[in-house]
Amino acid sequence: MQTSRDLTVSSDLDNLPFVLEFVRLCCLEAGLDDDATFACELATDEACTNIVEHAYQGREGGKIYVRCQCTPEEFIVELHDNGAPFNPAQVAPPQLVGDLADREAGGLGLHLMRSLMDEVRFEFDGQNGNTVTMIKRL
Amino acid sequence: MILTHEVLKRCDVIKIKGRVDSSKAPEVEAKFQEIIGEAKRYNIVVDMSELEFASSAFLRVLIAAMKTVRGKGGGIHLATASDRMKDVFQLAGITSLFKFYDTVTQAVGDF
Repeated sequence: MQTSRDLTVSSDLDNLPFVLEFVRLCCLEAGLDDDATFACELATDEACTNIVEHAYQGREGGKIYVRCQCTPEEFIVELHDNGAPFNPAQVAPPQLVGDLADREAGGLGLHLMRSLMDEVRFEFDGQNGNTVTMIKRL
Repeated sequence: MILTHEVLKRCDVIKIKGRVDSSKAPEVEAKFQEIIGEAKRYNIVVDMSELEFASSAFLRVLIAAMKTVRGKGGGIHLATASDRMKDVFQLAGITSLFKFYDTVTQAVGDF
């Protein structure tokens, strides 16, 4: 693939299938195998859902900027938004053991992102918003 | 995503075909609501043989539905999940909450 490809969508979950297809095609172009492609798509789903639900708090007027980059060593998915600051440290980790009755639904998305990708970084800049960078090593 | 629903004598079977990303999970939630909340049926088999992709939103729907049917003495049996989907359940730490079956027939028969 080219070194970098970009897509911008509005912050509506109905756009998620287009974002995932974009990431899937970039993975295909970069020659990632099926497992790595699945991991990148799933991590992107979770990250976009966080942006829509937390950064933009369900508001549809915002934008989500998606960039896929491929280097000889890494495939990188970067998502950027101009919503409210997202601090991953404030998200309680999911409960991964225990009975059904004790399980809470939250925190799974972030956990999956970190489990599926080799590196996940969150940055917030007061002027430019949130950027999440997710890296799969090749 | 295509959802099909079959009512059998001892349980209901939901077949999910395609991709359940976070934008589609509410449709699965509505189907569970229809079966559990409206039809008052609490034994459900989910046929995952043609499920290609599912996010944590789908897992949350399954966990919530499982909590409800358990409270009514029922259960959710997961049939024919791919290895990749089983890996996602494993990563999410919820494998132990569900029973997995190699065939829909086995999943139905175990109710």
